[in-house]
Amino acid sequence: MRQARREWWNSLGKQVFRLTGVMVIVVLMAILGMLLWNTAAFFLEISPVDFITGTQWDPSSSDAQYGILPLLVSTCLVTLGAMIIAIPIGIGTAAFLSEYAGSRLRNILKPIIEMLAAIPSVTIGFLGIVFLGPEIAQMTGQSNGLNALNGAILLAIMALPTIVTIAEDAIQGVPQSYKEASYGVGANRWETLTKITIPAAAPGILAAVMLGVGRAIGETMTVLMATGNVSAFPKGFFHSVKTITATIAIEMGEVPYQTTHYYALFAIATVLFAMTLVVNLIGEHFVNKFRKYQAA
Amino acid sequence: MIQEKIKLAAHDVNLWFGQKQILKHIDVTFPERKITALIGPSGCGKSTLLRAFNRMHDLVPDARIEGRFLLDNTDLYGGPLSATQVRQRIGMVFQKANPFPKSIYDNVVYGLKINGVPKEQQHEIVVRSLQESYLWEEVKDELNKPAVRLSGGQQQRLCIARTIALRPEVILMDEPCSALDPISTAKIEELILKLKEEYTIVIVTHSMQQAQRIADKTVFMYLGEVVEQGPTASIFNNPQQELTANYVHGRFG
Repeated sequence: MRQARREWWNSLGKQVFRLTGVMVIVVLMAILGMLLWNTAAFFLEISPVDFITGTQWDPSSSDAQYGILPLLVSTCLVTLGAMIIAIPIGIGTAAFLSEYAGSRLRNILKPIIEMLAAIPSVTIGFLGIVFLGPEIAQMTGQSNGLNALNGAILLAIMALPTIVTIAEDAIQGVPQSYKEASYGVGANRWETLTKITIPAAAPGILAAVMLGVGRAIGETMTVLMATGNVSAFPKGFFHSVKTITATIAIEMGEVPYQTTHYYALFAIATVLFAMTLVVNLIGEHFVNKFRKYQAA
Repeated sequence: MIQEKIKLAAHDVNLWFGQKQILKHIDVTFPERKITALIGPSGCGKSTLLRAFNRMHDLVPDARIEGRFLLDNTDLYGGPLSATQVRQRIGMVFQKANPFPKSIYDNVVYGLKINGVPKEQQHEIVVRSLQESYLWEEVKDELNKPAVRLSGGQQQRLCIARTIALRPEVILMDEPCSALDPISTAKIEELILKLKEEYTIVIVTHSMQQAQRIADKTVFMYLGEVVEQGPTASIFNNPQQELTANYVHGRFG
């Protein structure tokens, strides 16, 4: 009797976990399917060439334009800016934590940096509006500071925890024997770090950068709040931009169901999905490469 | 016996890692252009002593060192020499061959670049160092090949080439053959005997045979202390301490 009961619980557990596992996959596939289905519906009405090469995103006028380029360039501009800021700071911080900070300092700093990742994006966006925006406006003499630079700085802050954590793991993982060999021929810390340790950790650092990029491309709330959302073709860091994510978030709430505009938002979401997928795959590729090399 | 010139020495050296004392009152000398073997059971502190000579413990935050280390009567610690200068004059070959993840050529040239050897001299020194470490004939056509693709013995000879490229005065070797097969070991031993003509060599080894084959002087350590030191033949054939006799005859260790 007891034995039968145990068997029953055992098989129940197995079924429940199988069900949850299958459910997750089904839901994800359904989302992907919905994206692609609606994107297909969009391309029945608008030619893909017009979509990709169009320089105007103006879905609400009578002569509606669905060119993704301004949105794509905006997203790339903000991401690029974020990476220009975050990559040197992130790698520098990782190198400091791993090579210069004592173990006590590292044990304090690392959790704090990881906690940065837990700050809600809306809070960071808020900072962009009330603090960073006015500062940028004052420095550039513009009426407001809601532009690509603002978004880039905020995204850099958000991508930093990812970059620092993974890059630090990579630098930490460089075999001590490489460093000893370098010191052994009379190199100092700086030479060892820049000529031996960082090159040896390069795959892991690249993975860190790619995952940071992935985070920046997909971030919505912060850029929505900080970049001004002007759909004109972006002219530079000191101009307002409207990223793919912000466009979807703003327009999805107002668009009539199953119109061309509605489908268009799915189309740009698919493009965004493809971008983050590629970036994450590259990142994963380097993470795996790094693991393999560590085992050797 | 003719009095030999002392190249390297430690006087009353004590060393702690944290609370644990690893080396106790070490007094030891290494004659110039001779091979001295450091022997003793695992954990007796011979590697720790070896690494103290080129200041590798500077990298260990909780290491504390007392006593004097002398190279030609110049203090290695607290004297006129920086750690990097010490390491240029006292090279090190490690237990496990540790070539950089770079090409064969770059492995040897790295130390030259770091130490500001003029570019036009670099190539010649690389070639000469590879020749002197008996590696040149095997690698001369593939200097751009990644060093990790070499065999274990070749990697270790590359590490020796990397060390001698800097023309150090002393070469410290920490069990350089422990991971190698007998043929590779024989090649390295032949190389070490050749290097003796120009360099003072200190080698940590677990192999009694190796010590007897190549060492002029042998130092026996036990539990962080130097038990006995002297000419290799007398350490092995006529030890003064019972502990030494027991160890070299394989009764413990």
